[in-house]
Amino acid sequence: MKLREARERWVSTGGIELCVAELGDVSRPTVVLVHGYPDSKEVWSEVASRLADEWHVVLYDVRGHGRSTAPSPLRGGFTLEKLTDDFLAVADAVSPDRPVHVVGHDWGSVQAWEFATVKRTEGRIASFTSMSGPSLDHFGHWIKQRMSRPTPRRVGQLLGQGAKSWYVYMLHTPVLPELAWRGPLGKQWPRILQRMEKVPADGYPTPSLPQDAAHGAWLYRDNVRPRLRRPRTDAYAHVPVQLITPTEDFFLSESLYDQLELWAPQLVRRALPAKHWVPRTRPDQLSAWISEFVAANEAARQGGLPVQGTSATGAYADRFGGQLVLVTGAAGGIGRATAFAFAEAGARVVAVDRDGEGAARTAEMAQLIGSPAAWGETVDVSDEQAVEKLAEKVAREYGIVDVLVNNAGIGLSGSFLDTTSEEWKNVLDVNLWGVIHGCRIFGKQMADRGQGGHIVNLASAAAFQPSRALPAYSTSKAAVLMLSECLRAELAEKSIGVSAICPGIVNTNITATTRFAGTDATEEKRLRNRTGRLYGLRNYPPEKVADAILKAVVRNQAVVPVTPEARGARLLSRVSPGVLRGIARLKPPL
Amino acid sequence: MTFAAKDGKAPELRGFREVQRLAYDCAEAVAAQLRPGVTEREAARMQRDWLRERGVRDWFHLPFAWFGDRTAFAGFKVPLQFFPTSRKLEPGMPFILDMAPVHKGFTADIGYSGCLGLSPLHDRLLADLEAHRELILREVRERRSLREIYEDVERLMIRQGYANRHRAYPFGVIAHKVDRVTERRWSPHVFGFGTQSLKGLASDALHGHRDGWSPLWSPYRFSDHLPRPGLWAVEPHLGFRGTGAKFEEILVVTDSKDPEQSAFWLDDDLPHVRRWAEEKVTA
Repeated sequence: MKLREARERWVSTGGIELCVAELGDVSRPTVVLVHGYPDSKEVWSEVASRLADEWHVVLYDVRGHGRSTAPSPLRGGFTLEKLTDDFLAVADAVSPDRPVHVVGHDWGSVQAWEFATVKRTEGRIASFTSMSGPSLDHFGHWIKQRMSRPTPRRVGQLLGQGAKSWYVYMLHTPVLPELAWRGPLGKQWPRILQRMEKVPADGYPTPSLPQDAAHGAWLYRDNVRPRLRRPRTDAYAHVPVQLITPTEDFFLSESLYDQLELWAPQLVRRALPAKHWVPRTRPDQLSAWISEFVAANEAARQGGLPVQGTSATGAYADRFGGQLVLVTGAAGGIGRATAFAFAEAGARVVAVDRDGEGAARTAEMAQLIGSPAAWGETVDVSDEQAVEKLAEKVAREYGIVDVLVNNAGIGLSGSFLDTTSEEWKNVLDVNLWGVIHGCRIFGKQMADRGQGGHIVNLASAAAFQPSRALPAYSTSKAAVLMLSECLRAELAEKSIGVSAICPGIVNTNITATTRFAGTDATEEKRLRNRTGRLYGLRNYPPEKVADAILKAVVRNQAVVPVTPEARGARLLSRVSPGVLRGIARLKPPL
Repeated sequence: MTFAAKDGKAPELRGFREVQRLAYDCAEAVAAQLRPGVTEREAARMQRDWLRERGVRDWFHLPFAWFGDRTAFAGFKVPLQFFPTSRKLEPGMPFILDMAPVHKGFTADIGYSGCLGLSPLHDRLLADLEAHRELILREVRERRSLREIYEDVERLMIRQGYANRHRAYPFGVIAHKVDRVTERRWSPHVFGFGTQSLKGLASDALHGHRDGWSPLWSPYRFSDHLPRPGLWAVEPHLGFRGTGAKFEEILVVTDSKDPEQSAFWLDDDLPHVRRWAEEKVTA
C-alpha cells in the first residue's frame, strides 16, 4: 500500500500516542482524513495518494485503532470530547498556522461533525467533507422529530433506519462483540467486505482489525445513547460542508440528511451510487470532489468571498457534478440535448460526432450552461479504430468516462425487398456496430478501473414495434436493446449500470438524413420533408428524452420507453404482441 | 405601398425610421432603469409612459416585457401568457422588451434583449442573432419564398443549438407586415392590439388571400410565396433552455430589380447592430 511512503510521526495527547502519517507538500493547505469503524487510517490509502499531488494530506489512527495507543480504561475513553482533543492535537502538530480541511468517513465523519460544530475548533477548520456518518446530535433531533410528529412517511423512515442500525444495538451488548471480533468475525471480515462491498483485496483491512474493532465498540457505547437522548441544540456547522451520500449504503438511509441545510448553512450535496466503503471502492470520484471542494474553499478564503455551491443548478447536479460524460451523435437532436442536460448538472462533457463543427458547438454551449469543461471530438462511431483512438485520447487527457451515452444513429426506411445490402450494412455499421464499439472499448475502460459507471444505449420504440416500413432500422435497434440487456447482466457485478432508452417519435433532425430505400432523389426529398413535417407536428422535444436519460442513469433503469406511444407499444409488445403485428402490416401514410 | 430607393429621402421611410428609433430609444431608456425587483408589469408600464410622454397615442400592440425563462417562452401554451406578469427581475436574468408604437401615423415594432448583469450565455445568443439578420436579408434579396426562408432560419437556429421560439408566437410567425395607420382621436385596443392596426392587417390578409399571399410570415403553406413589397417587422427569436433573445426591426422589401434596392433593413443604426460592430472592433 502506498501509505508506506508516508512520513510518520507520533503526537501525544491526554496520555495517548497517536500515529500520524503525512503525504504531499507541507506548504500546501492541509487535508486531514479521519477513518471510521472498524477501520484504520489505511482505509484512505487510495484517496490519500490521489490527493497528495495537490494537497498536504494527513491521516491518523483514531485512539485505540491501528498503531495509536488505547485509553485505559476503555470505558469513557472514547467520548467525542476526547476525540476532539485528539483532532486538535493533530491539527496543531501538522498545520499550526492555518486551518485544516477535514474529511470523515463513517465514525470519522461522526467525529468530524463534532469538530465542525463545537466552539473550541472555530478557526481551526476550513471545510468539512462528510460521508456515511451523520452528526449524533442531528440524528437525535431527526429521531425526536419523527417520534413527536409521526406521519406514515416519517414512521417508515424511522423504522427503515432503525432496521439499518441493527449493528448499533449489537455493539451495546457487553463483551460479546469483542469476542466475536477477536474470534471468527475478525477472520471472516475481509471476505465479508469483499463479497458485500466489492472492496478490492489489496492488503486491506490491516492485521490490526480484530483489535481495532474491539476497541472501537466503545465509540458506540460512550457516545450513542447519551447523544441521542440529549442532542445538543447548538450543533450548527461553522464551516462549509460537503455531504457525500452513498445511495446504496446498508447502514444509513438517505433521508437522514433531509433537512441538513438547517444545521449546515453552507452545504454542497453529492450523491454516489455505491455502498458503504466508498474510500475503498470510489477513490477517483471522492478525491475529485474533495479536491474541488478544498480548492473552492481556499479560493474563497483568500478572496474573502462566501463559498457558493457548485455553479451547476440543473436536475441531479449532486449526482453528476464533476463526472465525465461522453455522448455520441452530439451535434444535434437527442445527443445534443443530452450533452446539455449533463452540462447543466455540472458534468464534464465529451461531445462526439462525425460532424465535428456541430460537436464543437455543443461543447462550447455546454460550457456556457454549467459544464466545468467540455470538448468536441470528430469521430465516426462505425469506425472501430477511430473509436479506439478516441478512447485512448479521452482516458489520457480527460480521464475514464463515468457515463457513456451511445446515441449516434441513422435512419433507413423502405421495404425489405427494396433495401440493398449496402444500405443494410450502413445502418448496421452505425446503429449497431457504433454501439458495440462504444460499449466494448469504453465499457472495458470502466470495468478495468473498477469504480462503477453507467452506459446508456439509445434504442428506439422500433426495437419492439415491428413495421413493414423500417425493417433495417428496427432490426438494428432491436439488436441494441438486446445487447443492452445482456450487457446489463454482465456488468452488474462491476457496478456498471446499462440502460436502453426507447424514445419513440421525437422532433429531431434524423428525418432529414434518413435514407428511403428504393426511391429516387426527388421522391426521397419529398418523403424526408413529409416525415420531417409529421415529426414536427408530433413535436416531442429531445430535451424530454434527455431528462429521461439522466433519470435512467440515476435510477439505473433497464429499459425506458419515453414518449406515450413508445410506452404504449412496449406495453402491447408484452400483453398482446399480435396487435403490434397487425399494426406492422399497415402501410404508413406517406 | 412601394418604395423606390434606399436613399432614405422618401418621406414615408423617414417617418417609419423615426418611430423605430423612438421605440429603440425607449427600450434603451427603460432597460437602463431596470433594477432587481422590478416586475414585468412595471417594465411594460415604464415603456408605455415613456412613449406616451413623447406623443404616442396608438399602438400596433401594447408594450410587452418578459423576464427570466419567460424570455424563452418556457411553457407558453396560450397567448395570454405573453402578457406581462408579476415576475420580478433578479440579478443575472435576461429580459426582452417588445413594443409597437404608432407615431404620426407610422408604425414600428421592435424587440430589445438585455440581461441584468453579465451573462456569457446571453452574450452568445445575441452574437448569434447576427447570422440570422444577414441570412434573412440575403435570401429575401434572392427572392426565395418566405416559407423557404423561414425554414432556413429555423435550420440555422437548430445548427447553432437553439430552439426556434418564434414558433410560439401566434401562427408561429417570424414576421408580419406593418403599414401606415390613420390616426383617430379614439383608438381602442383589444387583447393588447390596436384596433386600427388590426384593421390594416385584416384587410391585408383579405386582399392577400385573394392574390395568394399573406401579411403573416409563417412556416405554413399560406406563406409559400415570394417576398411581398412593403414593410415587414421581422423578429427571429432564439431560445436556449431558460434563456431567450431576439431582435425585431423593419425590413423594407421593394419591387426594384436591383438586388441592393430590392430589400434592405430600414435602419442600420440600432443597438444590436452597433453592438455587433463594436464586438468586431474589439476582436
